[in-house]
This record gives sequence, structure tokens and C-alpha cells, in this order.
Amino acid sequence: MSERVVDARGSFCPGPLMELISNMKMMQVGDTLELLSTDAGSAADVPEWVKKVGHEMVDTEQDGEGTWHIRVRKAK
Amino acid sequence: MRILVVGGGMGGTIFANHLARRIHHEMKTGKARITMLSASHEHVYQPGWLYVAMGRATPDELVREQQSLLEPGIEFHVDPVEEFHLAENHVKCKSGKVHEYDLIVISTGSRPLPEKIPGLKENSINCYTAENAVEFFKQLSGFKGGRIVVTVGLPHKCPMIPLEITFAMYDFIKDRGLLDKTEFYYTYPIGRVHSLENVAKWAAPEFDRMGVKYETLFNMKEVDGKNAQVLSEEGGAVKYDLLVAVPPHKGQEVIEKNGLGENGWIPTNRSSLHMEGEHGKNVLVLGDTTNLPISKAGSTAHFEAETAAENVAAVIKMGRPVRSYDGKVFCFIEAGKDRATYAMFDYKTPPQPKAPTGAVHAFKMSYNKLYWATARGLL
Repeated sequence: MSERVVDARGSFCPGPLMELISNMKMMQVGDTLELLSTDAGSAADVPEWVKKVGHEMVDTEQDGEGTWHIRVRKAK
Repeated sequence: MRILVVGGGMGGTIFANHLARRIHHEMKTGKARITMLSASHEHVYQPGWLYVAMGRATPDELVREQQSLLEPGIEFHVDPVEEFHLAENHVKCKSGKVHEYDLIVISTGSRPLPEKIPGLKENSINCYTAENAVEFFKQLSGFKGGRIVVTVGLPHKCPMIPLEITFAMYDFIKDRGLLDKTEFYYTYPIGRVHSLENVAKWAAPEFDRMGVKYETLFNMKEVDGKNAQVLSEEGGAVKYDLLVAVPPHKGQEVIEKNGLGENGWIPTNRSSLHMEGEHGKNVLVLGDTTNLPISKAGSTAHFEAETAAENVAAVIKMGRPVRSYDGKVFCFIEAGKDRATYAMFDYKTPPQPKAPTGAVHAFKMSYNKLYWATARGLL
């Protein structure tokens, strides 16, 4: 199992969720991904997609500089 | 300084020409040399394929001889690189020739891979090559009515194309009097109709006005050609009569084979554009080849190339780079056959697209001709 970090801070296009989806395609089942995002919308739209597809949310937190750290595990 | 540019597309060409102009004296006196290696003797204006697909341009209009675009003094070889030996500062080409360098610029671009999605290649059309754009036009002009579905793979270059192709097809079908027999169904990977929130806020009401239906959070998983339906990872199934694809992309195979980056995307510093890692100090990466979380678009390559050329010239003349790449991107958005708008943004500033106008469309059509001046580093 591996963990990758995707730094999507400052990404308006394609944006954090598109970066996450692209990277999930390169991962194996059981791998985790930490998405760094400065877009507050990521805290809502990432879990929405993860739930719809059937992957797993690990945790979500915002650091002192305003960056969201969203961890997702590939489940299928 | 020996500068080696790998790739004769938009990023490599703009970089080489900008730099050559800035270090003209150093090149003349033998203190600097620019060599470009490309897989092709042709330079293609890829954004033009949209117009080929709509029967408004022909492929030959979009092609120039690469050598004719380069500043005098730039050494050009059609000889693709097969091996990168970054620790030893040299590359080996298909011909077997070895090129040594002090600085290498990698701008090899990306490629569409419809075959990554089962059933997609054989059951859909796209406008990502000249041949495919011609085929697109043939199939669209033979379309007699039914459901046209737009499906989008990730990652892909030209982020505006899903919207542009939908608007363009709408006008194409309207002009042929087939609107009452045609249903447009647009799908998109995330929870709105475009990655840029402000563009999505503009485009969704446009779709509503036009009667274009849309489904979001739709990532194609496979195409079932037998039953003419596209299936999504989210569990959706959409029937089609004509399937229009924005295929998923990868970087070039040579990048993967040489272990420079997963899927052909090279890890790149977002400000300096240097390759990350121990051998990245004298390696710059431009355009689609980077792994940066920004649009894979010609304008990205253009602005990166200008920054990189300015910095390399400054290093040669003053010993230090002068600026950072700020993530600038400028994308026109064709909103049909006679209106357009644009999105301009960087790492810190989101775009604020305006309502489409005929004037912006006219500017875009003009730019399609002016592009060759951009490639030469003049515009």
C-alpha cells in the first residue's frame, strides 16, 4: 500500500477534484491519497464524489495556513 | 552554454525563439548554442482541429514546417530522443546520435489515449488529431438526428473543449435544421459542467437555454458499443446515437520509459519550472509535460516558455533568474459559430468570464492566423 500527495493548491483548472480523480486512476486498491487544496469547495465536493463512486474518506482537516488536507483511500 | 530543447511543439518553439532573440549576441559569438530535437518536421496548431471537425478549416491550414518557424541560429534536427541520461547531461536520439547539454528543456507534450477506456476508441469520435477531426466532420455531417452524448476522460488537454464542442455542434445541427430531431446530452467528471466554477456558472444557464441536458459526476468507465451506451464509474449509463469523446491523455511514452514521470508527467516546480529531484537543477519542463495542477493548454505552454526563456537569458547575462511562473493561463471559449468569451487566471486569481460576444470570436479567429507569430516568439 502506498500513499501519494497531490498538491492542488492554487489550481482553478482542472481543479483539486479533477486532479484527485486523475491520480486515483493511477493508484492500486488500498492506496491512499492526500489532496492539498486551497479551494474550500474541495471539503464538500471531494467527499460527494468519493461516496458516489464507492471509495473511502479517511479524514479532512484544514491547517493554519488555510490549506485543506483531504485523505482518500481507493476502495475499488 | 549548450541549451537543448526536446520537443518542437508550442512550448519548445516559443521558448527557443524567445531565448534566441534575447541571446542573439551570445549565440553569434559562440558563447551560447540552442539545439532543438523533434519527432516531426511539422508544427501543428492543435486548437484548429475544433474548426476542422466543424468543416470550417482544413488540416493543411494548421501546419507549418518547423524549421521555417525557428530563429536563425537555432540548430534543428528531426530525431526524437529515446534515452535521457540526466546524470551525465546528455540524451541519445533514435538515430543513435548523442547530444550533450548544459541545460535541457523538455516539452514533449501529451497524447490522447481513447484506448484506455474499453470500447471508447471504436465507438466514439474526437477532434484530437487531424485524422480524427476529419472523421468527426464526416460523421457529424452525416448525422440525421438522435442523441449526441459528450463524454469526458481525465486528464485531458484543452480544458475548454467539452464546452466548445457542445456549443459548436449545437450551431452545426441548428444550421442544418435538425434541432428538433436532436438531443444533446453533456456529461462531466465533477459536480458542475466545467472545472472552473465561474465558467460553469455561465455555461449551465446557456445549456438550459439551448435545451442541452447534462449529467455531472460522470466519469466514463467503458463504452458498450453493442447497446450504444456509455457507463460511468459512478454507476450511470447513458444511451447515445453519436458519442463525442474527450479522451483521457498521457504524457509521451519516452518520458515514462526513462522513468522521468508517472504517466509521462514530469514532477515540476510550479514557480521555477525546474524538474523536481536530484538532477533537476539544469532541467526545465514546459507545457503538457509537467505534472502541475494547471490546464494542459497551449497558453500554459506559451506563458511558461516566455518565463523560462527570460530566466535562462538572465542567467546567461546576469547570473540569476529574474521571475517566477505565476500560473498564468488564458483560454478562449468558443460559444458557438459566432460568439466567444475567455477565461484568464493564475495560481491566485480565478477567472471572471464575461458574456460571449462576436468581437471576442472575431479576435479568436484572428488569433488562429496570428498564432504563427506567437510560435516565432513575436506575439
